[in-house]
Amino acid sequence: MGSGERLWFDVAGDAIDVAALTRRLLAPAAGAVATFEGRVRDHAAGKAVTSLAYEAYEELARREGERILAEAASRFALERAACVHRVGQLRVGDCAVWVGVSAAHRGAAFAACRYVIDEVKARLPVWKHERYADGSAVWVNASEVVPEQPEPVSPGPSRT
Amino acid sequence: MAAGKRVTVEYFAVLREQRAVASETVATSARTARDLYEELRQRHGFALEAGRLRVAVNGDFAPWERELADGDRLVFIPPVAGG
Repeated sequence: MGSGERLWFDVAGDAIDVAALTRRLLAPAAGAVATFEGRVRDHAAGKAVTSLAYEAYEELARREGERILAEAASRFALERAACVHRVGQLRVGDCAVWVGVSAAHRGAAFAACRYVIDEVKARLPVWKHERYADGSAVWVNASEVVPEQPEPVSPGPSRT
Repeated sequence: MAAGKRVTVEYFAVLREQRAVASETVATSARTARDLYEELRQRHGFALEAGRLRVAVNGDFAPWERELADGDRLVFIPPVAGG
């Protein structure tokens, strides 16, 4: 797709180019740009993570990713939105998923960014295989008995 | 009609590991996507119950009760973990 696309989703085997993605969000009416980067953490469930790999069902991941961006565009007053999810081997600190949205004002930008990352995590057919320092490895969330608890959503604004 | 059909099944993540292949063609008389998963689960010992999975038919999400047709492409989708 050309850089003029308003909504842009990709599944990528190579490092995410944050600067190039951010340029996709620029538009004369876009006074607010909000981005989220999900990066590989060095620990999970109390264990030291040494490496991880993402696997995707790419055909459906692209279809679902484009749907999520279209939903965000219909719910919020967006100018542009882009999202890329990595596949393949990643190291601690690497960017695994990037979401960026632009809007006239910050309220829509923050809300849409949050919507996209939450839906991506819940719906995109992507799987994470984590390897730990103790030699073990798992497909995250795929245990028969103990599904991972979702991260709690923070309450409303607190001004202290 | 209980006539057999041939469908393609593609596996990802934990299911690919448990099945030890990435895809296969299956001859089956299963009526629905759910019936096929139960048949394959029994045959290959997949640990996850259907309730933990979703299913895609021909490239998009489908209800478990979707009736299978000859030549369908199925993907059983384990719990996702993107981001």
